[in-house]
Amino acid sequence: MKSILETDELGFYGEFGGAYIPELLYPSVQELKEAFFKYKGDEDFIAEFKHLLKDYVGRPTPLYFSKKLSEKHGAQIFLKREDLNHTGAHKINNTIGQILLAKRMGKTQIVAETGAGQHGVATATVCALMDMECTIYMGAKDIDRQAPNVERMKYMGAKVVSAESGSKTLKDATNEAIRHWINNPDTFYLIGSVVGPHPYPAMVAYFQAVISEEIKKQLLQKTNHEKPDIVIACVGGGSNAAGAFYHFYDDENVRLIAVEAGGLGIKSGKSAATAVLGKPGVIHGSYTLLMQDAYGQIVEPHSISAGLDYPGIGPLHAATISSGRVEAIAINDNEALNAAQLLAKSEGIIPALETAHALAALNHCEFKKNDVVVINLSGRGDKDMQTLLNNKYDESTF
Amino acid sequence: MKALFKNQSKPLLSIFTTAGYPKIDDLDRQLALFDSKNVNFIELGIPFSDPMADGPTIQETSTIALQNGMNLDILFGQLNERKSTLPIVLMGYLNPILLFGLERFLELSKKANVSGFIIPDLEIDLYQERYKSIFEAFEIPVCFLVTPRTTDARIQKAAELSKNGFVYLVSTNSITGGEVAGNNKLSARYEEIKSLCGATPVMIGFGISDRHSFNGAAKNLNGGIIGSAYLKALKKGEETEFLNQF
Ligand SMILES: Cc1ncc(COP(=O)(O)O)c(C=O)c1O
Repeated sequence: MKSILETDELGFYGEFGGAYIPELLYPSVQELKEAFFKYKGDEDFIAEFKHLLKDYVGRPTPLYFSKKLSEKHGAQIFLKREDLNHTGAHKINNTIGQILLAKRMGKTQIVAETGAGQHGVATATVCALMDMECTIYMGAKDIDRQAPNVERMKYMGAKVVSAESGSKTLKDATNEAIRHWINNPDTFYLIGSVVGPHPYPAMVAYFQAVISEEIKKQLLQKTNHEKPDIVIACVGGGSNAAGAFYHFYDDENVRLIAVEAGGLGIKSGKSAATAVLGKPGVIHGSYTLLMQDAYGQIVEPHSISAGLDYPGIGPLHAATISSGRVEAIAINDNEALNAAQLLAKSEGIIPALETAHALAALNHCEFKKNDVVVINLSGRGDKDMQTLLNNKYDESTF
Repeated sequence: MKALFKNQSKPLLSIFTTAGYPKIDDLDRQLALFDSKNVNFIELGIPFSDPMADGPTIQETSTIALQNGMNLDILFGQLNERKSTLPIVLMGYLNPILLFGLERFLELSKKANVSGFIIPDLEIDLYQERYKSIFEAFEIPVCFLVTPRTTDARIQKAAELSKNGFVYLVSTNSITGGEVAGNNKLSARYEEIKSLCGATPVMIGFGISDRHSFNGAAKNLNGGIIGSAYLKALKKGEETEFLNQF
């Protein structure tokens, strides 16, 4: 049987994907495609990737059994601690992979977009490591709400450019990064999620696949289970989810749950729940599910978490959610805030607001007693302290 | 459209303007102005929220046009009622067209006597694989973009696909509204591209800002397209003066 992860020649996962790019970008995307498919099977490349993930990033990240969450929800709940990676989120798995590719392609300049700033920080980090010039586009609104990450990027030598167009969030930062790439075709565009034109979705998923590779091994060691029953991850563009699901996609016995940001509620008009509210369309070079109005203008999403504030999802997610392979759940801002508070008080782990959405999904799932559930703890919440402190949580949930 | 190229004695001038800008119902006024000046055909932009290949000027006009309420239903209404007979090529990103329904879009374009399409994010291979047969049923040509970096084989492919319209030569590798086109290093490449395109006409655009840069860039080609520079003049209310130089 053909793997869900396999694309056709033009980069489609079934109906979704492809490379809807202006001719101006075609040579650059082609060059990238050739390089990625050349090096993804190259032994030296993979050895260097694995080496940096181990010694520089600190992998493998622990698979932590949460006794308290397990008791509360009546299942065996494990947290995949991506928050313990260098720079505090899963994002660095991908930036390490792409910077190694950029190096092999002879690139010296990197451009990237960022929402929460986690991808920006992870990009600035690998650029410092590899002596590359780094330009990060970040929506003006996100620069305000994720200030600590802006400082971190600058401190490592990156140039942070404010994206002032549109909704001034991740979608607009991505537009600006793509325009920068068009104007500077020798630059390497280091995309932060499983979005964008082919080969980006496939490439980012490939570099994040280490998450589920480790989950598999660690689960076997800890529990004798070959695989989890359920994997839960939040979805902005969908890179941490793609990584956490990767090695389980083709095994129908593993339930995969993608958690989106419901914002103030699906029907409120202030949401980022693309799987529910989106219709097929083209954003940032990919045919996928997309939040748009009746005339195909892209709608400004809303989420309390900057990293989920994106009107599309990666084409792999559009395909697997549409086919029913992956279930999608929407979690509202206040539920995410409560879940963050709960984890902080009960486990001493402050999760990123993005991650808190995945944790809150526990309240929406029915479990059997022996179900093995893995939640991808995609990042830590230091960057969100201001938002967490400014928003009251609801004591009654505890 | 074909007649225009067949009978031309000098490079053709095409002006890009954004539908619904600066006012939602300004199209007829601008068309009348173009009719009275040396404009040969119009590239009419369908505003989009996220125009990936456009610089700040066209972005701003798109944003304002959308705020003015422009959409494809209104646009086709205006096209159907227009008095001008200048050929119109619709330029737009794919998403609004797909959501509107590609066949419905093509049908209404046909009815409104649209002469061609420029769809910057409709990549050639993708077009051939997924959309070509639908477009061809309505017999309105898609005009493909090439740049000085496009390979010769791809330029020939673009020329073949665009043969009932024209090839849109992007002057430099940058988004719209950039520097003046037509520097000497590239002129040689432009001529190569022209010859690779064979019988398919070649129009050059991106970065042409006045008569001087128009003459420089378009001289050995079929003509040039002016967008951002015209829109900047339009914003200041100086569009008549701008067109007087041609
Ligand atoms: C901690 C964390 N989790 C999740 C996300 C969402 O991105 P993705 O869906 O690509 O994993 C972000 C994005 O910034 C993030 O910082």
